[in-house]
Amino acid sequence: MAIDVDTVRRVAHLARIATPEARLEPLAAELNGIMQWIEQLGEVDTDGVEPMTSCVATTTPMRDDVVTAGGEPGRVLSNAPKSADNFFVVPKVVE
Amino acid sequence: MLDTRPADPSKFIQGRTGPWEVILGLEVHAQVASKSKLFSGAAVGFGAGPNEQVSLVDAAMPGMLPVLNRYCVEQAVKTGLGLRAQINRRSRFDRKNYFYPDLPQGYQISQFEFPIVGEGVVEVERDDGATFEVRIERLHLEQDAGKLIHDLSPSESYVDLNRAGTALMEIVSKPDMRSSEEAAAYVKMLRTILIYLGTCDGDLEKGNLRADVNVSVRRPGEGLGTRCEIKNVNSFRFIQEAIEHEARRQIEILEDGGRILQETRLYDPNKRETRSMRSKEEAHDYRYFPDPDLLPLELEQAWIDEIKASLPELPDDKRRRFMGDYGLSAYDAGVLIADQAKADYFEAAAKGRDAKLVANWVTNELSARLTAGDLEINESPVPATYVAELVDLLGEGVISSKIAKEVFEHVWNGEGSPRAVVEKRGLKQVTDTGAIEKAIDEIIAANPGQVAAVKEKPQAVGWFVGQVMKATGGKANPAAVNEILKSKLGI
Repeated sequence: MAIDVDTVRRVAHLARIATPEARLEPLAAELNGIMQWIEQLGEVDTDGVEPMTSCVATTTPMRDDVVTAGGEPGRVLSNAPKSADNFFVVPKVVE
Repeated sequence: MLDTRPADPSKFIQGRTGPWEVILGLEVHAQVASKSKLFSGAAVGFGAGPNEQVSLVDAAMPGMLPVLNRYCVEQAVKTGLGLRAQINRRSRFDRKNYFYPDLPQGYQISQFEFPIVGEGVVEVERDDGATFEVRIERLHLEQDAGKLIHDLSPSESYVDLNRAGTALMEIVSKPDMRSSEEAAAYVKMLRTILIYLGTCDGDLEKGNLRADVNVSVRRPGEGLGTRCEIKNVNSFRFIQEAIEHEARRQIEILEDGGRILQETRLYDPNKRETRSMRSKEEAHDYRYFPDPDLLPLELEQAWIDEIKASLPELPDDKRRRFMGDYGLSAYDAGVLIADQAKADYFEAAAKGRDAKLVANWVTNELSARLTAGDLEINESPVPATYVAELVDLLGEGVISSKIAKEVFEHVWNGEGSPRAVVEKRGLKQVTDTGAIEKAIDEIIAANPGQVAAVKEKPQAVGWFVGQVMKATGGKANPAAVNEILKSKLGI
């Protein structure tokens, strides 16, 4: 799978990573290198093997439905660049 | 997608150039009635101060890990069973990636490829009592987003994450509805099922149940047209309005020779129109991938069986039973089952007596008074045992149906049980023929003109019945009055 400059530009935009035009070509080359490396996995015969999404052969643990957190807006907001009256404050976003 | 419903011309919308058929599919978001969030221990609720119900997981602080709420999983399974759907013993959580200030993680944890619940079906009742089926495509668990407040500052938006991370069940239907009324009826039925199951409180006003509506139109008999999705419609009325306006908009474009663009739209109830949400368009590349923070969700068959055994009787089963066991009409059964508490109330009163009569009292007299007083059935000042007693009094011939209304009025006003009211107020029906005969004799003697008239025109006997009722304070047994009158008047 080859990654072209347009794909890099699109993925960078979707990930909100500012990427100068001059960087697109080299990034495409780097990403293609990574993809080629991953494609080595294609050499392994995986017919009949169920795909894994984690490397631990176990299922997800669950918790009981009890309230154990919250009630500390100060802590939640402590890293916010801007806050007011316990709200996060961001530049206006309107549909 | 397979089209299972035959076209119904009575549902077509007439355009300038001929009829159009509307095709509707719904995605309903139902908030799970849990105490804490889907992946964190922060409280779920309405009315808390800003960011009071936010854990560090919900705020997406680095290094925080989600842990699945078992109760939410149980509610999803329960709802799936209530929708007679396939329960997938193995499902998975995926990340749906997009940026918006109400989503601190930068992704929503949802289920994309492997939802917890697969295909099912809902039997929906129309207003006329006829039913139709809506197939369910899937149900999956996902996180809700936070809330943005735009009117606290002219240049900034305020973010409250209390809702962020709350568990939602997204219930996706197949495009099986053909009119705005059908879409509203489907959401009502879904809401009834959720409330029966107790998995969602169904409160539309608080946004605990909201619908995205997919609308397309086509010429009858042709293939499906391009659809538009109307986001976040949160009342039955708006669902209908939004569909009607959107269908009209699409028909006008097509009749002018235009093309429908697949897009997300918003319904504006004030302007009564749908409008494009352009900003969401390019974000549609969500780049789903399995959430590496969460392992696959596997359900033990024993647990599913246990949940199945705990299911209440479902609304459509109840409707069929009410029609079969109690001989109720589809309409009466529909009215009763729409409210689980009302259905229970009816059953408590109906056992062992004239159930149709009980249904009439519950759906008419009682319901009207409850509505007028803005009361729920469990706040009724008249308990089910009193309705039962009233119907017994009617059955025993102790009171007439006219007097029964008066008795009900007194019972409603807190004067005690129907029997006590009848006793105290002397409302017992007069079946003593001697007393009735005496009253009739007096009336006949005093009205020779009417007596002559009734011989010519036997229908005029009604006037005599009225006079006897008046003379006996409405307490005379109407059947006895009729019989005696006819023999005395010789008609």
